[in-house]
Amino acid sequence: MMTVQQEKAIAEMSAKFASRSKVENNASKVDAEGLHYRELNTLLRDLDRNHTEKIEISNVYGQRYIGTGLQNKLKIDIYGTPGNDLGAFMDGPNIEVHGNAQDCTGNTMNDGQIVIHGRAGDITGYAMRGGKIFIRDDVGYRAGIHMKEYMCKKSHLVVGGTAQDFLGEYMAGGVLVVLGLLLKAGEHHKARFVGTGMHAGIIYVRGEISHLGKEVKVMDVNKTDLKTIEGLVKEYCDHFNADFDDIMSRKFVKIVPYSTRPYGRVYAY
Amino acid sequence: MKSYLPPEYLVERSEERCIRCKVCVNQCTYETHSYDAEDDVIRSKDENCINCQRCVTFCPTHAITIKKNPSSYRDNANMTPEVIKDIKKQAETGGVLLTGMGCDKPQLTYWDRLLVNASQVTNPSIDPLREPMEIRTYLGAKPDALEMELENGEIQLKTQLAPQLTLETPIMFSAMSYGAVSLNVHEALARAATRAGTYFNTGEGGLDPRLYKYGDHAIVQVASGRFGVHAKYLDTGAAVEIKIGQGAKPGIGGHLPGEKVTDDIARTRMIPIGTDALSPAPQHDIYSIEDLRQLIYALKEATDYRKPISVKIAAVHNSAAIASGIVRAGADIIAIDGIRGATGAAPKVIRDNVGIPIELAIASVDQRLREEGIRNKASIVAAGGFRSSGDIVKAIALGADAVYIATAALVAIGCTVCQKCYTGKCPWGIATSDPWISKRINPDIASERLINLLRGWSMEIKDMMGGMGINAIESLRGNRLHLRGVGLTDTELKVLGIKEAGD
Repeated sequence: MMTVQQEKAIAEMSAKFASRSKVENNASKVDAEGLHYRELNTLLRDLDRNHTEKIEISNVYGQRYIGTGLQNKLKIDIYGTPGNDLGAFMDGPNIEVHGNAQDCTGNTMNDGQIVIHGRAGDITGYAMRGGKIFIRDDVGYRAGIHMKEYMCKKSHLVVGGTAQDFLGEYMAGGVLVVLGLLLKAGEHHKARFVGTGMHAGIIYVRGEISHLGKEVKVMDVNKTDLKTIEGLVKEYCDHFNADFDDIMSRKFVKIVPYSTRPYGRVYAY
Repeated sequence: MKSYLPPEYLVERSEERCIRCKVCVNQCTYETHSYDAEDDVIRSKDENCINCQRCVTFCPTHAITIKKNPSSYRDNANMTPEVIKDIKKQAETGGVLLTGMGCDKPQLTYWDRLLVNASQVTNPSIDPLREPMEIRTYLGAKPDALEMELENGEIQLKTQLAPQLTLETPIMFSAMSYGAVSLNVHEALARAATRAGTYFNTGEGGLDPRLYKYGDHAIVQVASGRFGVHAKYLDTGAAVEIKIGQGAKPGIGGHLPGEKVTDDIARTRMIPIGTDALSPAPQHDIYSIEDLRQLIYALKEATDYRKPISVKIAAVHNSAAIASGIVRAGADIIAIDGIRGATGAAPKVIRDNVGIPIELAIASVDQRLREEGIRNKASIVAAGGFRSSGDIVKAIALGADAVYIATAALVAIGCTVCQKCYTGKCPWGIATSDPWISKRINPDIASERLINLLRGWSMEIKDMMGGMGINAIESLRGNRLHLRGVGLTDTELKVLGIKEAGD
């Protein structure tokens, strides 16, 4: 339960920063310059409660948790660099970042979409179980770690560039695509220990990848795989104006786990 | 391969008393008993018996006795029968030895070497049956100071208070995940916590939507696997707990085998049916105190700063420094789980060798936070093998605000601590996801048994407080003058911050 004082404090904060947002062409414009993340996110939650459908946030300098705790399927455009945990526990909004993102984008995301016109940091898509994340360029270490799927929910992470080590570690479901578009001719993906501990889900890689975790194997893609890849690449091209035919002209491979029970034989019962 | 392991227990059945009702046959989930229709006799396979006492309890004529196998290896203080059997088991399987419940070795229990004070002559004791005795406990960050102002003749609090949990007794039910225990157990804990005015902890396997109505008395856990963690789950709980570690297996992750991930459990954990639920050892978004702060505030943002955030760690060698970091990272509650903390499954070598006793951890954490002037910024919840209200009074006197109990709660509803939780075949219907065996726990009866235990222990706590001349639990918290040690070294006394008895 919220105490009277808490309610008062939140109302005060909302009032204090109301001047930061104004409505233009059905979109709320928010100037985030100098705002602490708590102030910015209180403002966003306020706009969300008032059923704003579109928010443009400018001058974002590292504010964390943007998109967390929002209830509606609103569209948020971010200009600048959002901080860590962008869209953490997010359940519906559609975020587009016109710039780079930092670590832990889409942490435990349940639903919604995040599109990054740039690169993203480590553990992008950590434990996401639904929704989609598109990264135009590269991602850092442990991208797609512990991604999941469940009933009608399936997580999707598409990386236009390449990834660092431990890509798709512990993956328990979902689809992770790495396109390698920024690799130079003859250059391979450098990620090592790819799919370590993976026990469900699929990683599709365009280009060559050599250093795998011991729990996974590389296979050729079949028709069903290609259909999935084409759908996601099409979306990627729509977001970032990339050339679909050019991307699809190169070979994809898939990385899948040997077993859904990688540690079933470790214990003495 | 022929097993060299002898049966641990022998089943003795009095033929005179046995009426061939086959209750034992039906109750044993390890297929120890079978009925031979040809000879009209019930036979037992001793090697299957785990000595859970289920058949003994339910035999209507008390015909069964389970005895420890008297046949044993030659006496040896080092190569004990347990050691020899463990080695043989590993030689036969090549695996990591699993076990359940908490560390069963005696040398780590300090409670038995701590004694509580009582008033004699110089200050009056209080009779809790006739005088008010306050054991209500608030968990959460407390302000450094309170600012008040007089408004129309009434005192108004100006200081903004952090969100608090209100406990009518300083005892909560510790984290037990749905999957490790059955839904009926979760329901029993939820209902008992609600009726007794305290809290149960969901553990890391999510909360079945059928139990959301008990959310006001739930602490919802977020662990490395993030199972069942979503906006509504966080919103449902009264508090959110980040699980870094647990006393039974500090430093390692968890692993719910696929065969336990049934339909309902899959839905609650939000993973496909039959897949292994792997909880990685670390949370991969937390490699530092700064990262922990990031997750604490992610959860505060997700819950609009309305709920206290707890961080649970296993008691380890530098718990005090870690706890200081946790408080500075913004946690409202620190839960510390000692080496005797139980589990549904853990490698035995880790359960029995890793971590430190909770007594030492409470004392050192409380002391450190006081020295740094930040003790008020977070409450301390102690966990790990509380057996009686006596242990709880001692824990609070050492500096804990409240305790978590799990083993004792399960014992209350039937558990006999046979330590075979990891098999999923719990004959008492507790540590299982089998729908047939789960029916052995009736939430109506089990919640009543839990409420009775809480009531009994709460009255005993009040009795002991009254004896000390204390009428509010706040006056007992960290009041180490009311504790004395027996048979402890100077260093142990120093860490515990207490004097030797008689001193």
